[in-house]
Amino acid sequence: MKQIKVLGSGCSKCIKTADIIAKVAADIGVEVNVIKETDPEAIMNHGVMSTPAVVIDDTVVHSGSIPSQDAIRSWLA
Amino acid sequence: MFEIFTYLADWLVYGLLSLSPETKLGDALHFFVEDVSKIYVLLVVMIYLIALARASLDVERVRDFLAGRHRGVGYLLGSGFGAITPFCSCSSIPVFLGFTSAGIPVGITMAFLLTSPLINEVAVLLLLSLLGWKFTLLYVVVGMSVGILGGIFLDQIRAERWLQSFARKALERGQQGGPLTPSSAPRQLSFAERHSFARSETADIFGRVWKWVIIGVGLGAALHGFVPDGWIEAHLGNGQWWSVPAAVGLGIPLYSNATGVIPVMESLIQNGLPIGTTLAFCMSTVAASFPEFILLKQVMQWRLLVTLFALLLTAFTLVGWIFNLLTPFI
Repeated sequence: MKQIKVLGSGCSKCIKTADIIAKVAADIGVEVNVIKETDPEAIMNHGVMSTPAVVIDDTVVHSGSIPSQDAIRSWLA
Repeated sequence: MFEIFTYLADWLVYGLLSLSPETKLGDALHFFVEDVSKIYVLLVVMIYLIALARASLDVERVRDFLAGRHRGVGYLLGSGFGAITPFCSCSSIPVFLGFTSAGIPVGITMAFLLTSPLINEVAVLLLLSLLGWKFTLLYVVVGMSVGILGGIFLDQIRAERWLQSFARKALERGQQGGPLTPSSAPRQLSFAERHSFARSETADIFGRVWKWVIIGVGLGAALHGFVPDGWIEAHLGNGQWWSVPAAVGLGIPLYSNATGVIPVMESLIQNGLPIGTTLAFCMSTVAASFPEFILLKQVMQWRLLVTLFALLLTAFTLVGWIFNLLTPFI
């Protein structure tokens, strides 16, 4: 199962990002565990400055906006 | 060029609703329709065009550019980039930490973060079209000065002592690390990418700002239609020194973004509120908000937060007094 972290201070965009990832994963039948990371120190340690950002298996794959469904599909494939 | 909005308001308010321009309601509603429609059109066009131009500017690039700069130019650049770089206020904390862990001094980072809410390109263009270039220039110079002087002050008192310990350690690591290698090579954006960025920016900013425009213009219309001419001038004019700190005190708990507060500025000034008092009120509304301060608690100790708060209060009060004194010469 893929571990996916959504980094962000809990703003509405971050919540949307987590929701849309869970939805896309369900659509294509991939099991994921999506968690929201709001701790500023943890966000800093990932080197992220623009939230929401997405981290999959400890690699930052996206930052600064709500990702598109196509992008999410390509990460999960 | 802007007459079309007057005609629109004429048609809607005097024609369709058949209100008389002589009545207070008709007058206020006309003002409201004209200003809201004008501002909405300006916003959509301007946000789109500007986003197109600055699609490739982001906080990561600014950090790489500011890291390792000499302090003197650092404050000026920090404040300048704060004015033009787009970022969501919910990213303030990650931006603060990103700058800090790159070894950028707290004062330069704060010059960036203090200037950012005060000045943005949309606000500047709205000011230009509503209040003219002199006032706009004044506003930009004052906003940047608050950021620059505030940043210098924070470094002078060694504000980094009062960061939360993990942030202070990150700063020390960053300063020992020497210059960063740029995190990403600048890349060329195609027009299609710029267009798609600009379109989503326009939708995003407009979605956040439209209600502030209604509130701002609504307040303006109420002032315009219902507060008797000369009342503000007589009661809150230049003679009353206390009106500036009172305006700042009133502005702090209120929160608006710069775009929403500009229609209020317009009507306050047209109703005779002195320029300094208006600036003090509007800047304190925009720059200092309690939710933002609560967020900053994650990276700063109380002493620094209180210092910052006091710094802003003092700065805006001084701005108000100085500009009220200077008004006869402007």
